[in-house]
Amino acid sequence: MAITQAPITSALKAGKLHRFTPLYIILGTLAVATAVFAILGAVNVAGILIVTAVLFVVTYWLLSLFVEGSRKAKDRLMTSLVVIAFLIALVPLISVAITTLTNGAARFDVDFFTMSMRNIVGEGGGALHAITGTLLITLATSIISVPIGILTAIYLVEYGRGKLARWITFLVDVMTGIPSIVAGLFAYALLVIFFGEGVRLGIGGAIALSVLMIPVIVRSTEEMLKLVPNELREASYALGVPKYLTILKVVLPTSLAGIVTGVMLSVARVIGETAPLLIIAGYTQSMNYNLFDGRMMALPTFVYNSYAQQGSDAQAYIDRAWTGALSLILIVMALNLIARLIANIFSPKLGR
Amino acid sequence: MSKRIEVKDLKVYYSSFLAVEDINLTIEPRTVTAFIGPSGCGKSTFLRTLNRMHEVIPGARVEGEVLIDGDNLYAQGVDPVLVRRQVGMVFQRPNPFPTMSIRDNVLAGVKLNNRKITKTDADDLVEKSLRGANLWNEVKDRLEKPGSSISGGQQQRLCIARAIAVSPDVLLMDEPCSALDPISTLAIEDLIEELKNEYTIVIVTHNMQQASRVSDRTAFFNIAGTGKPGKLIEYDDTNTIFTQPSVQATEDYVSGRFG
Repeated sequence: MAITQAPITSALKAGKLHRFTPLYIILGTLAVATAVFAILGAVNVAGILIVTAVLFVVTYWLLSLFVEGSRKAKDRLMTSLVVIAFLIALVPLISVAITTLTNGAARFDVDFFTMSMRNIVGEGGGALHAITGTLLITLATSIISVPIGILTAIYLVEYGRGKLARWITFLVDVMTGIPSIVAGLFAYALLVIFFGEGVRLGIGGAIALSVLMIPVIVRSTEEMLKLVPNELREASYALGVPKYLTILKVVLPTSLAGIVTGVMLSVARVIGETAPLLIIAGYTQSMNYNLFDGRMMALPTFVYNSYAQQGSDAQAYIDRAWTGALSLILIVMALNLIARLIANIFSPKLGR
Repeated sequence: MSKRIEVKDLKVYYSSFLAVEDINLTIEPRTVTAFIGPSGCGKSTFLRTLNRMHEVIPGARVEGEVLIDGDNLYAQGVDPVLVRRQVGMVFQRPNPFPTMSIRDNVLAGVKLNNRKITKTDADDLVEKSLRGANLWNEVKDRLEKPGSSISGGQQQRLCIARAIAVSPDVLLMDEPCSALDPISTLAIEDLIEELKNEYTIVIVTHNMQQASRVSDRTAFFNIAGTGKPGKLIEYDDTNTIFTQPSVQATEDYVSGRFG
């Protein structure tokens, strides 16, 4: 009798799909979906991708169910759903990036960053006046909002007790929900008191944007201050350091990186606001370096204006609008990078 | 330098909850006094009232008197900040400032208070305090490294160096060794032995061997049950407490029959 080697079975082993199996399934389902659409005579990329995704999820799950059992199959089903959700979330991001880059490249030249739109009809011209306007208004907004926001947060975390603190927290929450157009109207109503009807000032834009920026700064700074361990405050008190110096020299430096990041995110949040600026900063074709005198263009209003009021050479206006949008994205990205750098420099060093 | 502490009829409340009741004791200068007792019996709470650190906790308040060389900490117009400059504290978990170097951590009491100090004075103070905390030889080559880069035991000794750098009269230690290994614990116990020549030291500990090793006098605290206030049961020479306590509860506790 021949001795046959029985396969060694272990209680700990189970069937397992090959690690390239998902890849093969994707290619297979993609081929199937494409073939189906081709046969029906209507090749449609979005349709093919959707059908592929559905087919893939079902095939992958069934295959895993037969080979690996129900627990692994559930895991693989969920993994594929999560990955698909992630890809869907990426679609608008990539789409915006690509569209802005391709459309904005046409006018991404020296002229665009060195010229205003003064006396320009049709081709040429640039957005220097809008870029300066955006930077000036955002700077003024930060100068107004950062101290108010951070000081409010310090009050709420370090001093605030009882009713007043609860009311401030509540009002900050309400402020977070204010529509930006209302902020614009508020700034207009405020300036009308001093300058009369029809006022248009860059500083008004800064006031309107501050209304939107302050609650974001308060919220993020509050969270950062709460993260500072109480032990550090106690250590400082135990050395006979008064409370204000403890906050100034222990609490703030420890949380500085987070606070800076929060401020930069809030800048990114308001730099793209259009509605309030249309109301209170107005728009102009000329350079204006003075926040306190006359209309001031900003990049978002420049983009809106170029698109909404196309002149004789429509394509030139549309090109400028796209490049304006691209510059805005680049400015926000630059600010985020700077924030990362600052956060890295200031964060507590833990290395040996 | 070293001062006498007298506590008279002290009660501590957290809002309306009476946490510690009727404490009377006198702590002599240049001694080590250990507070022992089960968890939650109010040792740490009482310790914190000796430099008004309990005020950091919202709702905490005190009735009674704590006299340091005759000055009542709870008299009208006493500034808790000035109290804490005389009565230093070391905490359960090492808490060096993470944004500061080892050197700056030692100088924290000076620098955080915006006091001016010349570089040579600062160097002397850093060396003296770190030597005082038995840490100088281990860190003298890396004073500019962050305070969080050294081991837990070294961090705790750094915290002690930081506390003695402001030259207090009294040093309070709230379970200073409970987060440390036996070697580091030994280093800190030796240090306490040396520090007692200059300071009045009060130490809270859960480790009865530690209390018997380092302290001259021992106070035993206990509670009747959860929700009841903590009380000082017995206060005597450490030897007496551990060999012939006069109260049955103390004997049960130190002999390990409960707690």
